[in-house]
Amino acid sequence: MSETALALAEPDEPDVMTGAEVAASGKPAGHREDTILYLDGVSVSFDGFKAINNLSFLLREGEMRAVIGPNGAGKTTMMDIITGKTRPDEGEVFFNGNVDLTRHDEPAIATMGIGRKFQKPTVFEGHTVDDNLALALSGVRSIFASLAHRRTIEEERRIVEILETTRLSHLRHTSAASLSHGQKQWLEIGMLLAQSPKVLLVDEPVAGMTDAETAETARLLRDIARSHSVVVVEHDMGFVRDLGVKVTCLHEGSVLSEGTIDHVSADPKVIEVYLGR
Amino acid sequence: MITGYFLRQGLNRWIIASLVVILAIGILVPAANLLLPAGHPLHVPSYIVALFGKYLCYALLALSLDLVWGYVGILSLGHGAFFALGGYAMGMYLMRQIGTRGVYGDPTLPDFMVFLNWKELPWFWSGFDQFWFAAIMVMLAPGLLAFVFGWFAFRSRVTGVYLSIITQAMTYALMLAFFRNDMGFGGNNGLTDFKDILGYSIQSDQTRAALFLSSAVALALGVLLVGALGASRYGKLMVAVRDAEDRTRFLGYRPEFVKLFAFTASAVMAGIAGALYVPQVGIINPGEFAPANSIEIVIWTAVGGRGTIIGPIIGAILVNAGKSAFTGLFPEYWLFALGALFIAVTLFLPKGIVGTAMHGWDALQRLRAARRHEEGRHDGPAASQPEAAE
Repeated sequence: MSETALALAEPDEPDVMTGAEVAASGKPAGHREDTILYLDGVSVSFDGFKAINNLSFLLREGEMRAVIGPNGAGKTTMMDIITGKTRPDEGEVFFNGNVDLTRHDEPAIATMGIGRKFQKPTVFEGHTVDDNLALALSGVRSIFASLAHRRTIEEERRIVEILETTRLSHLRHTSAASLSHGQKQWLEIGMLLAQSPKVLLVDEPVAGMTDAETAETARLLRDIARSHSVVVVEHDMGFVRDLGVKVTCLHEGSVLSEGTIDHVSADPKVIEVYLGR
Repeated sequence: MITGYFLRQGLNRWIIASLVVILAIGILVPAANLLLPAGHPLHVPSYIVALFGKYLCYALLALSLDLVWGYVGILSLGHGAFFALGGYAMGMYLMRQIGTRGVYGDPTLPDFMVFLNWKELPWFWSGFDQFWFAAIMVMLAPGLLAFVFGWFAFRSRVTGVYLSIITQAMTYALMLAFFRNDMGFGGNNGLTDFKDILGYSIQSDQTRAALFLSSAVALALGVLLVGALGASRYGKLMVAVRDAEDRTRFLGYRPEFVKLFAFTASAVMAGIAGALYVPQVGIINPGEFAPANSIEIVIWTAVGGRGTIIGPIIGAILVNAGKSAFTGLFPEYWLFALGALFIAVTLFLPKGIVGTAMHGWDALQRLRAARRHEEGRHDGPAASQPEAAE
């Protein structure tokens, strides 16, 4: 953690901070130790294009956050950085207050407790719903352990539990390839849960869903947020309003505005970015 | 997909059935050759034993490719290299068994070394007079090559067509290297004129029968291995890596190690196939490293049905039997026929013969189940709870 960030961090900063404050300081407030995710001064560029520009973002333990922003705002790149897929050129990325994520790769970060759902639903189509969840269950990760592994009663119990949470119980023995688009999204969310993560990063969970499916997904995510920290990237404003959580609006790789959905959607800068192009 | 599900349900039955068939062939064919008199209608002539022994080795080779291509999705276009390396290891043992019976009568140096005026045995030939040492090298040489190659390729996340191309380059480079006389593996001519294996004449019907049976046993063990791997959690992980590699990585798995394990195990299987092949055909030369050979293996596997266990075996035997018949009739046109076959299978039978048959069988079962359901005859819950055994 840099000295300046320490100096700027106020002790006992209340949970809600206005977007104006964040934009003015350019630094996240609060102790790094209190956060589950802490990004400070992060920049990354691809072939000269700054995908992320001095981004600061923090998530408290147990918080659910919605991230919005126009195409190319850097939402997915931010997730790539957190999950170890992309190394930042500069800046700090910490998990749980003390784990430097820039020093670890994807499997290591996943095992620490950061689960990620991709924009396009990505499940194992060659397997049944049951096997998809079984493979995702936290625990056995090495090759040799997986050669001899037999499913335990505890694992069975957790699979049943996740099937109920994601409402896929009746499809347990169905091939994942024959699920509908929405069901695949829920299965992937279920697989994240099976990992027993501390943080879930969920990229556009309702893209291409019907209204009923969208409402169901909002219910599922609110359910999950009761026991996990969650970051949801989404374009669908109605859905974000439905979630009823703090919103961060990204633009050109940095935070444009942050606060309640009403605050963010009333922010003239946000309106300009969304309507001015 | 649904075929895969069906396969898993019926896995043990299928594996046991194929094991029984393979071992029965392994015993009955040599028995019909040795025990029945030449005039008997069921007598199997010696050349057929040799020919089918070769097919069994090809079947094991195709099965080894299936492990990496069908299960993990690695299209290796260099599997012929592992087969040839196993073959060379066995060939080196057979060369050392010739002893003073060679043309030059040198007790330790093989003929080609005497011919090249070499005075002593190169260091890498030592130990090959012992069968156990050669047997270890049959597995170690291809296994080590696959491990080192895979370590670099998979860790650098080389996938898809790029990986296929570098496997092809690997076998091509090895072919060029083995063509050189200086390499010490007999150059252009390779290793041949074998006399004995474990003290028995390599030409005798009894030895050939034993080699045939050994090939059948090796194939059966291969089926058992692939079946057991496929049914384990690791097997599910292999398919998961094939279907969505990124997903496995973000679940905390290391797909490069999943691939490395399968690739190395597969190379060892291919090496064993090569080692059983060489004494039955009596020669190993750098032509076995030819890229075209590796591509043929892919065709056998595709024709039979990748991702199934018996598919590649059936594919290897059918295509090679076809090749033997075809090259007898129109020797010039075999490569055209092979190319046409590959195109036809890709277009009309993308799952291969066995994959398509299983898919059809599966569809039939569902149709029957639906019909039963319509007629109101329920079979009880037992029929719909197949996975209780897990």
